Amino acid sequence: MPLLCLEEVVCRFGAQEAVRSVSLSIAAGSFVALVGASGSGKTTLLKTVNALIRPAAGRVLLAGEDVTRLPPARLRRRVGYVFQGIGLFPHMTVAQNIAIGPRLAGERLPPERIARLLELVELDPAFARRMPDQLSGGQRQRVGVARALAGGPEMLLMDEPFGALDPVTRDSLGRKVRDLHESLGLTTVMVTHDMAEALLLADRVLVMERGALVADESPRALLAGAGGAAAQALVAVPRQQAARLAALEDGR
Amino acid sequence: MSAIAALLPALMPKLAAHVLISASAIGLAILIALPLAVWASRSRLVARLALGFASLVQTIPALALLALFFPLLLSLRGLFGEGVPTLGFLPALMALTLYALLPILRNAVTARARLDPGVLEAADGVGMTGWQKLVLVEAPLAAPFIIAGIRTASVWTIGAATLASTIGQPSLGDPIFAGLQTQNWALVLAGCLLSAGIALVADGLIGLIEAGLARRKPWLTGAGIGAVALGICAALAAQGAARQERPIVIAAKQFSEQYILARLIGARLEAAGLRVEYRDGLGSAVVHSALASSAIDISVDYTGTIWANYLKRSDNPGREEVYRTIRAWEAETHGIRVLGRLGFENAYAFAMRPDRARALGVARLDDLARVAPQLVIGGDPEFFERPEWRAVRDAYGLSFRQSRNFAPTFMYDALASGEADVISAYTSDGRIAADGLVVLADPRQALPSYEALLMLSPRIARDERVERALAPLVGAISVEAMRAANYAVDRKDGAKLTPAEAAAELARAAGL
Repeated sequence: MPLLCLEEVVCRFGAQEAVRSVSLSIAAGSFVALVGASGSGKTTLLKTVNALIRPAAGRVLLAGEDVTRLPPARLRRRVGYVFQGIGLFPHMTVAQNIAIGPRLAGERLPPERIARLLELVELDPAFARRMPDQLSGGQRQRVGVARALAGGPEMLLMDEPFGALDPVTRDSLGRKVRDLHESLGLTTVMVTHDMAEALLLADRVLVMERGALVADESPRALLAGAGGAAAQALVAVPRQQAARLAALEDGR
Repeated sequence: MSAIAALLPALMPKLAAHVLISASAIGLAILIALPLAVWASRSRLVARLALGFASLVQTIPALALLALFFPLLLSLRGLFGEGVPTLGFLPALMALTLYALLPILRNAVTARARLDPGVLEAADGVGMTGWQKLVLVEAPLAAPFIIAGIRTASVWTIGAATLASTIGQPSLGDPIFAGLQTQNWALVLAGCLLSAGIALVADGLIGLIEAGLARRKPWLTGAGIGAVALGICAALAAQGAARQERPIVIAAKQFSEQYILARLIGARLEAAGLRVEYRDGLGSAVVHSALASSAIDISVDYTGTIWANYLKRSDNPGREEVYRTIRAWEAETHGIRVLGRLGFENAYAFAMRPDRARALGVARLDDLARVAPQLVIGGDPEFFERPEWRAVRDAYGLSFRQSRNFAPTFMYDALASGEADVISAYTSDGRIAADGLVVLADPRQALPSYEALLMLSPRIARDERVERALAPLVGAISVEAMRAANYAVDRKDGAKLTPAEAAAELARAAGL
């Protein structure tokens, strides 16, 4: 049985249909990238998974259970959430931020566990006592990842997680997340508009256009020309950039 | 400075009352504003309505807002019975609370609207319920701004609370209004200094709480809250100690004669072993209703005032008939007892500087009508609204170039400086003789009589100790003696007396 199953999910904002009947299943252990232009509905679709948005029609099943029927605190312990806004609570220390999910479920996270989570995202355990405004943007997003992992989730949702970071930090944090995905045995869904990032990190790439799923391929297949026009238009950008960089290098 | 310092100990009960009415109003405003702000953050309509209402209230002058609650509460008596207090703590609390609402509400709503949307999304993302989000995220992040709003509201409220004196709530406005009236500047300054002092202390302490929250230093917040609580407790203790059986409350309207007579009455009651309390500086319109509801117990009012304002009569059947009618009417409709007439009259009259009157050839009101279009008339704040003024105006066809309002004590200065050519004077006023003013004759008898009446509230109407102590005052005070006492308080040179000293002097002159 797949871990996550979307059955004809429809989302509407007023008269506008943001997601039009998407069906999809994701096997445990896969790293899925959801790619599309702004307004294609990818973030909306992602948020139906942890019930931040309720579908107007259709169902979202996590290990066979309808997510809208689960208590929010329990659901969101099983589904870690990282997003571009990071959203660390500025009045709480790093340790308190990381421990918030378990705290809501009535569990106190021991300091050793917080230190371990900080180590996982390559931060010094001494950061535990700092306030978020004492951290750099990359450090903050590392704490954001640690917070998402604190409840020991089965699934990690990421919405443009590296969008606000500089390219160097972005690259190293991307690799780190892929490593964690492997070592913790997570199932990860990452929303991004950057096809290069999707191709390099994911083992399955979904492409959305105007609320509909238009491609579902492996990175290798996409690079080989599969997935249709919309997907290929997105793949063309990094490919041409790479070609131009190579040409520059040759010309020297 | 030493004169002010000497006054301070006696003002401590007023200070305690001031602290308590301010703190109560701010506390109540917080209790109303915060839930309203939470509601407003979830509904744009509520936000717009609540902020609109609070801003509207803010545009009403504080004094008018306080005054408006009196008729409002009076009308509520029709619904809830006579138990509804119309003066004192309740209306002051309601008006000041409304006034304090805006800054707290506005800061709370703004703070909530400015919260980082990413933080709010994260709160949902980690699985917070609406209530957890409010308590764990929204409230702590908005707290420094909300406290800043409470700080602004506190400074405003402590200042506005001085105006609560006018509706019978003791506050530091009492010495300020009494001092203004009797030109006792030390008393005015003492009241102002104390009121400003409370405002500064409150500002500093709440600033401490704010800084503690903003810099996440809980001990600073705790110290601020502790100090505020300590101040309120001290005020409560001071007032609790002062409150035993309710004393006899003697009211004074906002002019010197009223202050002197209140002290004269108070001194006699105290000599008879009764406890008294003064409510100084009440608005004239408030005094009568306050007496009828026993919110105050003793007042000195004037036949002409009651005849025109409360009996709504404009005829003039002669002074004896007026007195008998009023006495019977008060007893029947309000249960107020008119103990008797003090003996003098404080009627309206028109007065001019002698040089000006000679130059214009004015000796009587019909002469005045001839030159009125070139002249400026000065009157006390209520004069031009009074039926007496309309009666005189219509009887003589008076039409002035301009009419201006002055506080009673400043009218004479206006006349002296030429800012007014003719003023509405009072016959018992010492300054008519002192300034050598010409009082214009009233050949058509348009001005009614204004005999001073000693009036008792229903609560003490049958109190024999009060009656025994005050009966000697009836018929004992001549207009000359009253004028001398008024002048002693109004004069500005070294022979100036306080109302209490003038009252003692008046008692001697009246042979009491």
